[in-house]
Amino acid sequence: MNTVQATRLVAAREIRVKLRDRTFLFSTLLFLLIAAAATVLPPLLSGGPSSVAVTAQAAGPLRDAGLEVRTVPDDRAAEQAVRDGEVDAAVVSGPTVLALDEAPDDVVNALSTQPPVRLLDPDAVDPVAAFLVPFVFAFIFFITSQVFGVQIAQSVVEEKQTRIVEILVAAVPVRALLAGKLVAGTVLALGQIALVALVAVAGMAFSDAGGLLPLLGPAIGWFIPFFLLGFVLVAAMWAAAGALVNRQEDIAGVSTPVQLAVMLPFFAVVFLNDNATAMRFLSYLPFSSPTAMPLRLFTGDAAVWEPVLALVLLLVAAAAFLLAGARVYEGALLRTNGRTSIRAAWRSRETVG
Amino acid sequence: MVSVRRRTAGAGAASSVVAVTSVLRLDGVDRSFGDRQALKNVSFEVAAGRMTGFVGGNGAGKTTTMRIILGVLAADAGQVTWQGAPVSREARRRFGYMPEERGLYPKMSVREQVVHLGRLHGMTAEAARRSTDALLERVGLTERADDLLETLSLGNQQRAQIAAALVHDPEVLVLDEPFSGLDPLAVDTVVGVLRERAAAGVPVLFSSHQLDVVERLCDDLVIIAGGMIRAAGSREQLRRTYTSPRFELVVDTDAGWLRDEPGVTLVDLDGARAVFDLAPGADEQPVLRAALARGPVRAFRPVTPSLTEIFREVAQ
Repeated sequence: MNTVQATRLVAAREIRVKLRDRTFLFSTLLFLLIAAAATVLPPLLSGGPSSVAVTAQAAGPLRDAGLEVRTVPDDRAAEQAVRDGEVDAAVVSGPTVLALDEAPDDVVNALSTQPPVRLLDPDAVDPVAAFLVPFVFAFIFFITSQVFGVQIAQSVVEEKQTRIVEILVAAVPVRALLAGKLVAGTVLALGQIALVALVAVAGMAFSDAGGLLPLLGPAIGWFIPFFLLGFVLVAAMWAAAGALVNRQEDIAGVSTPVQLAVMLPFFAVVFLNDNATAMRFLSYLPFSSPTAMPLRLFTGDAAVWEPVLALVLLLVAAAAFLLAGARVYEGALLRTNGRTSIRAAWRSRETVG
Repeated sequence: MVSVRRRTAGAGAASSVVAVTSVLRLDGVDRSFGDRQALKNVSFEVAAGRMTGFVGGNGAGKTTTMRIILGVLAADAGQVTWQGAPVSREARRRFGYMPEERGLYPKMSVREQVVHLGRLHGMTAEAARRSTDALLERVGLTERADDLLETLSLGNQQRAQIAAALVHDPEVLVLDEPFSGLDPLAVDTVVGVLRERAAAGVPVLFSSHQLDVVERLCDDLVIIAGGMIRAAGSREQLRRTYTSPRFELVVDTDAGWLRDEPGVTLVDLDGARAVFDLAPGADEQPVLRAALARGPVRAFRPVTPSLTEIFREVAQ
């Protein structure tokens, strides 16, 4: 059996155990519900076309605009229907539009002539989406790398705490143990995101908000490789942090730098997303590029070569952190008395053939 | 696998071909942790088909030695060979190991994790399942096989641990304190299983600080103290080598006169009952004759020294 096969066995066990873990299943379910609710509910809540009360002779243009028209004998009856809450609006002679507390835009539009509109920068994104989409990307990366990172650290500590690690290390290379955990974490994280994305896309299609999808496409396409490498980078740090301690309670103590390394770029991207210079910098910095670069692609102000360069930088950083993390992991894994310093772990790797 | 005769321990004599191919051997193994040298020139052998007890005080180097055999720790110098070749990772995968500090995955069922460990040792899924079921049956855990490990009693967790060490039908068994924490019934089960493996030609090395258990079980003995091997060989041979001949005499009257017999060292005197050592090379028959000359002799027999005494003698 070689390292690859051992890695596969280790990863398969991690995934199997996780898929039976209630907390994991509930959190996945919760994310799915949120995704469904966020995409399906707003259009539903904003309601269908307004219902409007109008006399028969003025009903024509309103009906043509697809509004729900109720014909009433006179203006007084129309006004009464609005007051009773039977309709959203009424059109009385004038023409004047009546409504209770909110101007019914669709009724007003149906009665007005609009000048033709010519967009000069057609790629420019709806400002709401421009704020929301990068935030969602950053949030997904932040939450996922944090949640699955902690789980990787917990799984490392579990093996140290129960001492099964000694049996494992005698059977398979330490590298296979680490690789198996990282592979399992990545598969589970991507799987969960894919599932949530699927539900979100289905929700958008269902609620006719699909207009955003073609715009999101390239950003999502780039987000995946950035996410993958960024996740490996963070996961390697979590695994190394886990290997330094012996008890689940101590993970929090060693993982602060790891958490900050994810949290600070997250907030930087969220708060600086309209500062072009800062975003340019953040989109190359390996810790923030997984969120900052897809965002710049989404808003359309990154040149074609920029994501490629950022991805290469991220790849180099991820590889470096993976190697360093593996070394710390190997050096600390079998030290089962107390907390190990990174320095001691770095020096004390066993070189067994 | 054929059971082979253990070559004379400690002797540097050239061993037969058979012995070389079925022996786990440590040669001049050194290991330091920082400034502390944990093992100094550790050399001994574990022969196929023999139960070899590995005894020593706390911190003597037992666990470090076993971890080096299993490749969990690296040796600074020296080497471990199995069947005449340096032990590779591939060979180690066919070793069975029970570490001193026990543990399996608490949130996995017994069967599932024993199968998993079998697969990590290179078994196919089918073979691992078959072996797991047979072993769980053997150690009496069949009914608990699908329960989470954490729901088992400590004794049953130990049985599961034994199954985990044996699932891949190892060629060599290295067990660190396999009996600690076991109730007497479980000790019997484990002893039975280990004896079966030894009888099938597997070299079994086990450490223990319970010298009475080692005494009952081992064919060969390796004694370590301060990181150095103090004695190694068959139990009988060590007895002969490291203890002077000891006898018990029971007469009707006071046996205090033994004190003045040539070559006799009194170990214990309780009125008419005495235990004494004879100087090396001295004959016990003149002592018996002297006793008979003084009156009736109710008992006169050699006393086999216990392992504890050998250990005290050797590990000083």
